[in-house]
Amino acid sequence: MPDATAAPARKAPRIRVNRSALVMAAYLIFLMLPLYWLLNMSLKTNAEILGDFTLFPRNLTFQNYVTIFTDPAWYMGYVNSLIYVVMNTVISLAVALPAAYAFSRYHFMGDKHLFFWLLTNRMAPPAVFALPFFQLYSSVGLFDTHIAVALAHCLFNVPLAVWILEGFMRGVPKEIDETAYIDGYGFGAFFVKIFMPLIASGIGVAAFFCFMFSWVELLLSRTLTTVDAKPIAAIMTRTQGASGIDWGLLAAAGILTIIPGALVIWFVRNYIAKGFALGRV
Amino acid sequence: MNKTLNNKAWFLVLPVLVLVAFSAVIPLMTVVNYSVQDTFGNNQFFWAGLEWFEEMLHEDRMWNALRRQLIFSAVILAIEVPLGVFVALNMPKSGAWSSFCLVTMSLPLLIPWNVVGTIWQIFGRVDIGLLGHTLAAMGIDYNYTQDTIAAWVTIIVMDVWHWTSLVALLAFAGLKSIPDAYYQAARIDQASRWKVFRYIELPKMAGVLMIAILLRFMDSFMIYTEPFVVTGGGPGNATTLLSIDLVKMALGQFDLGPAAAFSLMYFLVILAISWVFYTVMTNLDKKGM
Repeated sequence: MPDATAAPARKAPRIRVNRSALVMAAYLIFLMLPLYWLLNMSLKTNAEILGDFTLFPRNLTFQNYVTIFTDPAWYMGYVNSLIYVVMNTVISLAVALPAAYAFSRYHFMGDKHLFFWLLTNRMAPPAVFALPFFQLYSSVGLFDTHIAVALAHCLFNVPLAVWILEGFMRGVPKEIDETAYIDGYGFGAFFVKIFMPLIASGIGVAAFFCFMFSWVELLLSRTLTTVDAKPIAAIMTRTQGASGIDWGLLAAAGILTIIPGALVIWFVRNYIAKGFALGRV
Repeated sequence: MNKTLNNKAWFLVLPVLVLVAFSAVIPLMTVVNYSVQDTFGNNQFFWAGLEWFEEMLHEDRMWNALRRQLIFSAVILAIEVPLGVFVALNMPKSGAWSSFCLVTMSLPLLIPWNVVGTIWQIFGRVDIGLLGHTLAAMGIDYNYTQDTIAAWVTIIVMDVWHWTSLVALLAFAGLKSIPDAYYQAARIDQASRWKVFRYIELPKMAGVLMIAILLRFMDSFMIYTEPFVVTGGGPGNATTLLSIDLVKMALGQFDLGPAAAFSLMYFLVILAISWVFYTVMTNLDKKGM
């Protein structure tokens, strides 16, 4: 039916744009609904949450947020989380950068096996490692410190960082390295002054992923901490008091855990698409 | 890229090797250690050989958890991959609206996993949750703490909510790399929408889709926090996935021997399946995508 397909072909673009917008709108609404509900609850008093069912807070209150920001037991949770997440990101990138360079530029004995072995650590279920980690870090006196959580999260973040950076580095032509060496640069100077700026977006993406997976992980960070380095996600369970759960407070704490992630996304928004493909597009 | 042979490159890899050895090999050896020993307390251990492995293999508990886990991973892959591709095809290619979509879609990915669980726990409650309340108002009997089907639907919808964006973003990255000339050629050939998808878009996305499937498979197979917060593995054991069962055994009942044997077999299953995906992926990489 050549004429049947030819006629709608002219109209097709406009219809498709509308349908696409519709699909996207439906999907985004699906994503936003639970978040809207959380925000809605965080702005209500506990009495209103348990009383009437309302789509918007009748008595708008910021009391839940005030509670969190004035109680050190609450806000230190955010500080603890941010400390170990940043430490983890820095450590992961520092060791992953040279390794990724080696994997992207050279053949060496056992390179393929080593690369897959690294990836297997990304596949290791944290549940398997929870107890051994607890014993390991207790025995070296690091239990309940930020560095313990940061090192534990290296388990899955270092392999991921190597994987991402290797993808980005492969895209940089090797002639650049050779030219730099001819120009008299040593390896260190070349790497920091020339190579790193070239893969800046890759480093940003890798940092984003390290931040993300360290920020969202709970099982290991909860197992390795009790008081001093306890992450916010574990503190949230405190809302279960004697008189039942304080839903408003729980919701407010939840909303506040979303904010650092949202900020980070905003900074890397132009690289998100390529970043999620791990540099392999 | 043709790489040069240089064994000195090992020095560049050394820091990673030391770090990962500390945070992976030592703990893993602890697990191996436990799996072949038995204890009567007081830190006295004695050799038990492969007893724990035999015991676990004959126990229904692990097989049931494994079956639930396989069903869970298969279902979420079957939903998330096609849905993610579909969303990616409908995403605007450029402009402010595109950035807006990207940022909004990434949001669920950066929420701590227990908060994701909490969000859905609240959202699905009949008394205070929007979803539960609406379903109840429509006369649908929905209670995820009592009803097996409702519990399963809840954790699956939660996972779809949480992770479909990852697949969509990956597929979108693949789509964006297709030069316009391909589409022009297809238009000249009067290719149908389906044929454009099948012969242009899908092959170009294959590489990144493999990454998506690999990541989603690995992560769904080790999922712990989200379903644990929502259902706690219940009702009964209906949503006790592998990790939930393992943590119950190791940290709850402190059955170190069986838990360690369980851990190793669990890890091996993931390893075996991931190796298949990885091989397919590297082969696609070699073909130059």
